[in-house]
Amino acid sequence: MATETLAAAVPVPGDQEPVVIFDDVSIGFDGKPVLKNISFRVAVGETRILLGPAGVGKSVLLKLANGLFRPDSGRITVFGQEVSSMPEGDLFGLRSRIGMVFQESALFDSLTVRDNVAFRLMEDKVPESEINDRVAEALRFVELEHTMQMFPAQLSGGMRRRVAIARAIVAKPDLLLYDSPTGGLDPITSTTIVELVVKERDLYHTSSLLVTHRLQDAYTLATHTFNKAENHMERSPGDKTNLYTSFLMLREGELVFDGSTHELVTSDDPFIKEYLT
Amino acid sequence: MVGSVQDYAVLSASSIANLFSRRLYWSDIAMQADRIGVGSLPIVILTGFFTGGVLALQSASTLAQFGATAITGQLVSFSMIKELGPVLTSLMVSGRNASGMASELGSMMVTEQIDAMRALGTDPIKKLVTPRVVATIFMLFFLTIVSDAVGIAGGASVSILMLGQDGSQYFHTAYQSLVFADILQGLVKPVFFGFIIATIGCFYGMNTRGGTQGVGRSTTQAVVYSSVLIIAVDFVISRLMIGIFGR
Ligand SMILES: Nc1ncnc2c1ncn2[C@@H]1O[C@H](COP(=O)(O)OP(=O)(O)O)[C@@H](O)[C@H]1O
Ligand SMILES: [Mg+2]
Repeated sequence: MATETLAAAVPVPGDQEPVVIFDDVSIGFDGKPVLKNISFRVAVGETRILLGPAGVGKSVLLKLANGLFRPDSGRITVFGQEVSSMPEGDLFGLRSRIGMVFQESALFDSLTVRDNVAFRLMEDKVPESEINDRVAEALRFVELEHTMQMFPAQLSGGMRRRVAIARAIVAKPDLLLYDSPTGGLDPITSTTIVELVVKERDLYHTSSLLVTHRLQDAYTLATHTFNKAENHMERSPGDKTNLYTSFLMLREGELVFDGSTHELVTSDDPFIKEYLT
Repeated sequence: MVGSVQDYAVLSASSIANLFSRRLYWSDIAMQADRIGVGSLPIVILTGFFTGGVLALQSASTLAQFGATAITGQLVSFSMIKELGPVLTSLMVSGRNASGMASELGSMMVTEQIDAMRALGTDPIKKLVTPRVVATIFMLFFLTIVSDAVGIAGGASVSILMLGQDGSQYFHTAYQSLVFADILQGLVKPVFFGFIIATIGCFYGMNTRGGTQGVGRSTTQAVVYSSVLIIAVDFVISRLMIGIFGR
């Protein structure tokens, strides 16, 4: 079986403690509930794609996973530590293992591309020469080495998104959170971003939680593999769907789907069926 | 309302508590000091000079009724050092920098840069708020001294050049009548006012919601509330000082 060779290179999901556990999590703002009783897991090496219409609370869910918001009730565990009750001071340490790509990139516009990517390393007082090497490596990954000395305002939307990815992966995180990485981009640019996500997944097998409202991107992620030799993304052989990529779907604050690509496309749920068409 | 006063108190307290943390951002402090101090110098000099001048003009005409124009210098230096130097300088810096901080941090807030900073393991209060508070207090202290000096010089120019008074008499009364309590009062105020400007500016910045519109709202509120608070706190400090030193 083609999948067996793949599985050998990847840590098998389920044989270790999950990276992220949401257990009955609810949160609201100004008395208005946004997420209601959400429970799911992200296993080691797994990529989970979170689907849902705009405004449903996808960004809030990602920020909960990073401790940027606190739930009103329920428990969130990341790397075995409970973030939902952790003091902000301790969270800063935990976040050094988490990379996050924000919806609109959220680059620091007063800093150059180099300093944006280097931010975490400079804060950690990593030696200058090592910072330069690692920044160059991260920017090479997103193919933007030549923008080192530019400011975010000088870059296109797609380039900003790629710098944001470089900033998220520079410290080799164990968990990646992507908030609508293709949001607001044209289809061609979106594909280059999806390709980077596939590349990160297939080369480094980093556990990830990815938000998108573009179904096309979700399918591409599920059906494509990164070809390292030729340095591009291609359809998986035999049209197989990626075993370690699965789906979550939110609707009106509730988790209405949690399962594999196959389960998603064959679901009988009228909401999911409508969403997929 | 009660909630936001509480949030403001927490922000102010942690901005100060961070001074004693292991990590102080010296380069950020220096950059803010440059922006606040050097950038505000021209407007502080201009307002100081004309305020001193108008004080001399107004007090000389009143004093003339009592035949006491000789103490014009004393009146100008008193008013500048105890009240107008600190208050006007603070209001100017508030208009320039409380608004600047609110809009800068506000746009960082609505574009998720503050969240990104937290996600990258850096405390935005340490990195953004504390340096602004330290730099504002430090620079406002010196800007006030500059304003006092320029104001007294402005009063002298008017007295000598326009009112034909004796210069040495002006400076003699201006200097002789001052005591320690006056100077102390004049130098304690900018410390409090600097704290108000930076904490209010940062508070409204960090609590910005609702896109670009929200940034505009925060900016206006920061200037309005810091100005009102400066004047109110000025009253309280003056009352306390008069209570303690009798003048
Ligand atoms: N900081 C906040 N304060 C108040 N309400 C918020 C905040 N962040 C998000 N919300 C609300 O939560 C809901 C979900 O937002 P979001 O997670 O951004 O949706 P999306 O699924 O499009 O990412 C929205 O109704 C939004 O108004
Ligand atoms: Mg969103």
